[in-house]
Amino acid sequence: MPVTWLVFIVLALALAGFVAGRVRIDSAAGAGRPHSLPNYYGWNIAIKVMVPAFLVLICWLIVQPFVVNGAVTARLGDNAVPDGSTIGLVMSDVRRVAEGLDAAVSQGLMGADQASDLRTEFTNVRDRLAEAGVALGSNVTPQVLGAAQTWRALNANGMLLMSVAVTALALAGLVWGYVQTTPDFRARNTVENALRIMLLAAASLAILTTIGIVFSLIGNTIKFFSLYPASEFFGSFTWSPSFGGGSELGIWPLLWGTLYISVIALTVAVPIGLFAAVYLSEYAGPRMRAWAKPMLEVLAGIPTIVYGLFALLTVGPLLLSVFGRDGLGWMQAGTAVMTAGLVMGIMLIPFVSSLSDDIINAVPQSLRDGSYGLGATKSETIKQVILPAALPGIVGAILLAASRAIGETMIVVLGAGAAARLSLNPFDAMTTVTAKIVSQLTGDADFASPEALVAFALGMTLFVMTLGLNVFALYIVRKYREQYE
Amino acid sequence: MYDAPLRKTDVEAQTTKIAARDVQVYYGDTHAIKDVSVDLLDKTVTSFIGPSGCGKSTFLRCLNRMNDTIDICRVEGLISLDGQDIYEKRVDPVQLRAKVGMVFQKPNPFPKSIYDNVAYGPKIHGMARNKAELDEIVEKALRRGAIWDEVKDRLDAPGTGLSGGQQQRLCIARAVATEPEVLLMDEPCSALDPIATAQVEELIDELREQYSVVIVTHSMQQAARVSQKTAFFHLGNLVEYGETSQIFTNPTDPRTESYITGRIG
Amino acid sequence: MTDATFSGDAPKASGLLEADARTRRRNASERRFRMYGLAAIGAGMFFLVVLLTAIVSNGIGAFQQTFIEVPVYLDPAKLDKNGGRDPAQLAKVSTFGYTPLIQTGLYQQVRDAGIETGYEDARDMKALISASAAAQVRDFAIANPDRIGDTVTFRILASSRVDGYLKGRVSRDSIAQDKNIDAGHLELVDALREDGALRKRFNWDFILGADASESRAEQAGLGVSMLGSLFMMLVVLFLALPIGVATSIYLEEFAPTNWMTDFIEVNISNLAAVPSIVFGILGLAVFIQFIHLPQSAPIVGGLTLTLMTLPTIVISTRAALKAVPPSIRDAALGVGASKMQSVFHHVLPLAMPGILTGTIIGLAQALGETAPLLLIGMVGYIATNYPDGVISGFLSPNSAMPAQIYEWAKRADPAYYERAWGGIIVLLVFLLIMNVIAVILRRKFERRW
Repeated sequence: MPVTWLVFIVLALALAGFVAGRVRIDSAAGAGRPHSLPNYYGWNIAIKVMVPAFLVLICWLIVQPFVVNGAVTARLGDNAVPDGSTIGLVMSDVRRVAEGLDAAVSQGLMGADQASDLRTEFTNVRDRLAEAGVALGSNVTPQVLGAAQTWRALNANGMLLMSVAVTALALAGLVWGYVQTTPDFRARNTVENALRIMLLAAASLAILTTIGIVFSLIGNTIKFFSLYPASEFFGSFTWSPSFGGGSELGIWPLLWGTLYISVIALTVAVPIGLFAAVYLSEYAGPRMRAWAKPMLEVLAGIPTIVYGLFALLTVGPLLLSVFGRDGLGWMQAGTAVMTAGLVMGIMLIPFVSSLSDDIINAVPQSLRDGSYGLGATKSETIKQVILPAALPGIVGAILLAASRAIGETMIVVLGAGAAARLSLNPFDAMTTVTAKIVSQLTGDADFASPEALVAFALGMTLFVMTLGLNVFALYIVRKYREQYE
Repeated sequence: MYDAPLRKTDVEAQTTKIAARDVQVYYGDTHAIKDVSVDLLDKTVTSFIGPSGCGKSTFLRCLNRMNDTIDICRVEGLISLDGQDIYEKRVDPVQLRAKVGMVFQKPNPFPKSIYDNVAYGPKIHGMARNKAELDEIVEKALRRGAIWDEVKDRLDAPGTGLSGGQQQRLCIARAVATEPEVLLMDEPCSALDPIATAQVEELIDELREQYSVVIVTHSMQQAARVSQKTAFFHLGNLVEYGETSQIFTNPTDPRTESYITGRIG
Repeated sequence: MTDATFSGDAPKASGLLEADARTRRRNASERRFRMYGLAAIGAGMFFLVVLLTAIVSNGIGAFQQTFIEVPVYLDPAKLDKNGGRDPAQLAKVSTFGYTPLIQTGLYQQVRDAGIETGYEDARDMKALISASAAAQVRDFAIANPDRIGDTVTFRILASSRVDGYLKGRVSRDSIAQDKNIDAGHLELVDALREDGALRKRFNWDFILGADASESRAEQAGLGVSMLGSLFMMLVVLFLALPIGVATSIYLEEFAPTNWMTDFIEVNISNLAAVPSIVFGILGLAVFIQFIHLPQSAPIVGGLTLTLMTLPTIVISTRAALKAVPPSIRDAALGVGASKMQSVFHHVLPLAMPGILTGTIIGLAQALGETAPLLLIGMVGYIATNYPDGVISGFLSPNSAMPAQIYEWAKRADPAYYERAWGGIIVLLVFLLIMNVIAVILRRKFERRW
């Protein structure tokens, strides 16, 4: 692992620089007290060694595969691509052969020279690589083998260049920092500035994550729409993917399932959560609050996989025994909109109640006093003063809960069924956007097929919906809070 | 401790509206009000004065059982309204508060329209049979709150949009709309500017014709201006109670004198 | 919302004692409203109790497993035809060579115990024995070649049907259509149980063992996926904690008020609400398709969960930093410390308990998260092997606890359902421990300024 070694070399240089800086400033102490504590001089050098070296290392590691890929693709040319295949498929063969050669060399099955001189005319490459534990789908063509060898050569060169560049940069940093180390040098300020930049970099990761999400969704969504018309995706009322091609991928049945389940979940969660919050904040004594609140919050701490299993194995069969063939006959199977909706509602109770609790507590006591002072009962005060005053905040909380419900995955994957249908019967099995993202990406579909790529378009839809709801809800809640601050 | 003697020196013979005997109030372990006995008269403005934390607001809140809403607060002793013990088990605090209204330190209009603010009390007490009657009650209350002329054209505007002084007069109008017999005011002018204060004080003087008004105030000048009777509280005790003019010119207790001359407080 | 109507009785000056009709109505409505509130809390508690009861009653069985003690004659004629006891030679006999020995052993035991059965053939014992038994005996034989020729008593797993019979999952009615087992076998099981050779014991292998194929529920364990979760949590801890703390310090202490800061804040609050499945898509697209990290590896899961957990940690860390009063900062600055020194020497140590509490809660959330793991391939991978070392722990494919539970739930077999519930108990015990630690930390170091 040359990269590991490189990291150790840079770290060692940094340590050496740290010690050298300290020693130098200590020995220069005769010339008056230095500006900063000795450690800061050490850190100054260590930072100058590490930061540029590691930055270059990371960038290089990310960029090199693309450069190599491009060069090899260019060298392969179009004639290397057999009919019915694509350059992408050929390149993945090339990569696999190259990895196989690497594995063979590292296991000592092949000398390094042998690997680069291998010819398909003389050796059955496939068998040789199988010995190294790398199974190939087909025999290796001369072009592919050649490309793989080029690939390895380019990679090796790149690694060598990178090692040289990184080490040189680290050394340069060491020298630069060492020369700076004089008693007049403001080492603390330099180090603190570097630290501040690092803090900023950490904070920027949030932006990077959002960019990552947006780009991974957009890139693949565009790819999907180039294979499958957007008008069909947003216009069709049928969802029937078939991996042989000719799929109909209309989003409406999925959206309908999502919304139906969310509505049922909110119908369960909002009244219970809201009444619980009202009771806890207005009626309950401190002792009841002390145990009832954490108990409700336990429901929020339980992972969604647990709720999923609860829906699949407990609630589903229970509902089936009442509404199924032996009962009212409305239900075909345990997995249904109602099952998932009920369980999701239970999951959302603490979410609604703790948000509403915060919001009700933000209503100033003076309004309660005003109402009690007029001779209103508690419930009249709650219904006519507190809830109307808290209404915007509560609406915000419900929107946040709705966004939670729309994005929930495990409960619907396990509890809602897999059939995409537009039906009004809540005891029918339906499916949701999230459940289909899972099934389209965990199936056997090729990642380049529209059946798999549709998951990204679904993800994009989901992201836009939840983001919109959240931004709107947070805006309402913030407005509400400002009103009482 | 020493209790202020109840002086029967009133010019007009007035009936006692609220009578308190040996009232003790505890906040958890703190003994906040000690042995307070006092008779509050009908159609009279009584002011409670005293340094901060002396218990005057706490005592005021006992008079309509607003302290019930605080979990750790405990009241002992006897407080009666027209001879009826208000802390008796069978008494409904909600009915009591309809008779003993309250105005608070900070104006606290509900985030509703001006009309709904005033109509709220009459509605919950079922005082109006129809919309016309309710309109009448609201108008009467707003007039009595001396704010009718300022808001009659915008009854649908939110109450929170008024100025501080207007808000406080709206709250007073809201309190009188339920036809209380006693009106408790907890430092009603402390959040207001001098002009608004003058307006509210004028209003208090008018209210005396119909109600027994009890006002807690920090300002001795205000007590002197608006009240006929004054009670001085200190460290949870009622130190002295009597005619306002007498308290301010010739206090009997040295502590009252120290407070009035500005040596404690 | 408004129960205040005009239908009131005539306005009256009621006394304080006798409630009039209207007051009685109002008080009744008050009591009703209060009841609604209590009922809502009761409903919440009820759901919690039902959920926990379902988990415990369905899952507790997974911790016990039915074992049979069988004396097996390790026949040298079958296992070591050449003699010499050379391990390389012994390894050439596959598990198929051992299966008859075990069946014969059990058959012999049944006859010796004088149990009447209708079975004439040792192969009829197959229904009672887990398919894993042969591998167990084979491993023993290869490790102890000198014992070949002896009769060794093994404690082997009973098949999942037998286990289900002991746990009440399988009955004579339910096996009517079953090809693998018949009523006679159940009679035999009852007899063996009386004899003491067959009984339920606590099953450490469920907690520490590896997953098995779809047909051997009795053998499946959670151990390997637990290691997968452990490695993921290590990644999350060592990335999310420092990055989260750095982010919070920047935003709370250094960030100027400008569009960049606003933008970061908006991003963080939105990321906190992005559905977890979207983070799965991100992990798939960036870490697997773009950077080519190995699929199903804990490092990918860890990185994905790190991004998901960061907002939680940032939000709680900022709250902890905010709770440190400005006077502390002023005091440090007053003695000539730099801003950076005041933060790192004074503010951060004081905020540490709050930060740790938030981190533990974030980790607990990450530990139970399943949806993103589905997309990066941690489900569908059957975790049968323990990782070889620390590096392979991070890089080689593995499962994770919640993914393993999902995997079992998907196998649509009551024996695996029991395993899934049992897995949930283990998962919840971990979450409980983490939350208790967080509560203790908070109690112990809580400071009121």
